[in-house]
Amino acid sequence: MSATQPVTGTQQPAATGQFRHQGVALALMAAFFLLGPLVLYPVFLMKVMCFALFACAFNLLIGYGGLLSFGHAMFLGTAGYASAHAAKVWGLTPELAILFGTASAALLGVVTGLLAIRRQGIYFAMITLALAQMIFFFYLQAEFTGGEDGIQAVPRGHLFGLVDLSNVWAMYAVVLVVFFGGFLLIYRTIHSPFGQVLKAIRENEPRAISLGYDTTRYKLIAYVLSGTLAGLAGATKALVFQLASLTDVHWTMSGEVVLMTLVGGLGTVFGPVVGALIIISMQNYLAQLGAWVTVVQGAIFVLCVLLFRRGIVGEIARLLRRPL
Amino acid sequence: MTEIFGIPTVALFGQLLIGLINGSFYALLSLGLAVIFGLLNIINFTHGAQYMLGAFCAYLLLNKLGLGYWWALLIAPIVVGITGVIIERTMLKPLYKLDHLYGLLLTFGLALIIQGIFRNEYGSSGMPYPVPAELAGGKNLGFMFLPVYRGWVIVASLIVCLGTWYVIERTKLGSYLRAATENPQLVQAFGINVPRMITLTYGFGVALAAFAGVMAGPIYQVSPQMGADLIIVVFAVVVIGGMGSIMGSIVTGFGLGVIEGLTKVFYPEASNTVIFIIMAIVLLIKPAGLFGTQK
Repeated sequence: MSATQPVTGTQQPAATGQFRHQGVALALMAAFFLLGPLVLYPVFLMKVMCFALFACAFNLLIGYGGLLSFGHAMFLGTAGYASAHAAKVWGLTPELAILFGTASAALLGVVTGLLAIRRQGIYFAMITLALAQMIFFFYLQAEFTGGEDGIQAVPRGHLFGLVDLSNVWAMYAVVLVVFFGGFLLIYRTIHSPFGQVLKAIRENEPRAISLGYDTTRYKLIAYVLSGTLAGLAGATKALVFQLASLTDVHWTMSGEVVLMTLVGGLGTVFGPVVGALIIISMQNYLAQLGAWVTVVQGAIFVLCVLLFRRGIVGEIARLLRRPL
Repeated sequence: MTEIFGIPTVALFGQLLIGLINGSFYALLSLGLAVIFGLLNIINFTHGAQYMLGAFCAYLLLNKLGLGYWWALLIAPIVVGITGVIIERTMLKPLYKLDHLYGLLLTFGLALIIQGIFRNEYGSSGMPYPVPAELAGGKNLGFMFLPVYRGWVIVASLIVCLGTWYVIERTKLGSYLRAATENPQLVQAFGINVPRMITLTYGFGVALAAFAGVMAGPIYQVSPQMGADLIIVVFAVVVIGGMGSIMGSIVTGFGLGVIEGLTKVFYPEASNTVIFIIMAIVLLIKPAGLFGTQK
């Protein structure tokens, strides 16, 4: 990847206004998700938040580590199955079910990460895709996943044994906390010394090695963190929809998260959230078009790559000359 | 009934044959991917969709124009190859100076569009394509029954694979191609039209996929999704073989097909995943792939 332009072009700003702009954007986002349910259907917003967290986790890997995973659905799906199983069969409380699902995704991240980070660039993409397909076949055949039916009627349960989550507002609050918790963790990671090293590896790995960084370890940590947070999104989503199914492990889901991030802006902090909002709305409103949704998604892919590589937030950031 | 390792020989050879057939398609498709990657540095995600286009081309030629299998084998690769040339000229070309991942994303999008359109038009179920009369029937080889068409698929794909290998490794045209893979600027400085060579290479790789699609029609049925899952397996094949050598992708393709077939005999539960498991092992031992060189 030497002579080529990097996937993302977020310049590290000298400007001190950086955090103010991002603070304004964060406040806008918080206002949207806090006040949104007054106007919009809360289940729709919960879906958006789950996918936004999923896309943010994916973006951590591609946008800041330069690693394009084409198998991120395996984390979403694995955590979904694990938390659904824990809640339904073992009768765990929702917070423990989510924790268990997230931990399963983290474990999967360690195992697949050790394999996948052995190659870079397009090989990394192909390997993650193949590993995710293997996981898909495993769930297709395994007993506990219920095959084509999935795990249905997952009980939302009582949070800490106290708050009944079948109340939509209680569930909404939980999703809101999970989403913002995950988002802030990613935000913090990006701006930490760890995040800076990750960016250095993305821009020029041999140089980072020559500076004494163990780049393999950094990439593995980023991969596991990304997988874990994708798992957090999947575990929460399984409780919101009370369903864990093969859709969440299929490669089309891995493609969708790539699309969300691409539309919003690769390597931008807020891009994946905007991208998730757009793609999920599109799926909701175009659902009656059936297979045409795939065609529309494919067309968006092509248009984004050919004309619009910065994505929506990336373009706004360019106009403002501030990273968002 | 004779047995080997407690498995009836008929079942064993039957699965071996299926393995060789699958291997033929893995070899043809991974060969196309390798040829395209060598010159364009792009992983062609549309490859599965183009394989499907080849099969549909044959299906439509038969049902709309009454042109049979042999015409399809000639026309479908040309038609699909031309669409490939158009794609390369209009969409892939601007991406060469960017990160290679954009090529992957673009071709993924194209695959979604093509597969979506065909699913809308023809639904998800498969449509049968008849075995050509010349290749109908079968032969009893003593130890097993060999349908003639299946034998033909293996032989034809071997011929095409080895022919491609010969052209690339042993002819003057191939030497230009290999030189352009190494250093396109220098080859262009010698007065060879590299951009045209890139375009034609993409067209050729795509035509190989279409050729495989026509051959697959009578075996697997023609359906819009036929290439979607196959391409992921082929990616794993490519990772196992490494994209450094043409012969490597042919050998890996056939070899993995056979291993997959044998897995169906000895441990059917793992037959879907065995190639991915081999990929994981190869990554642990030799990350660059069996025939690849780590850059």
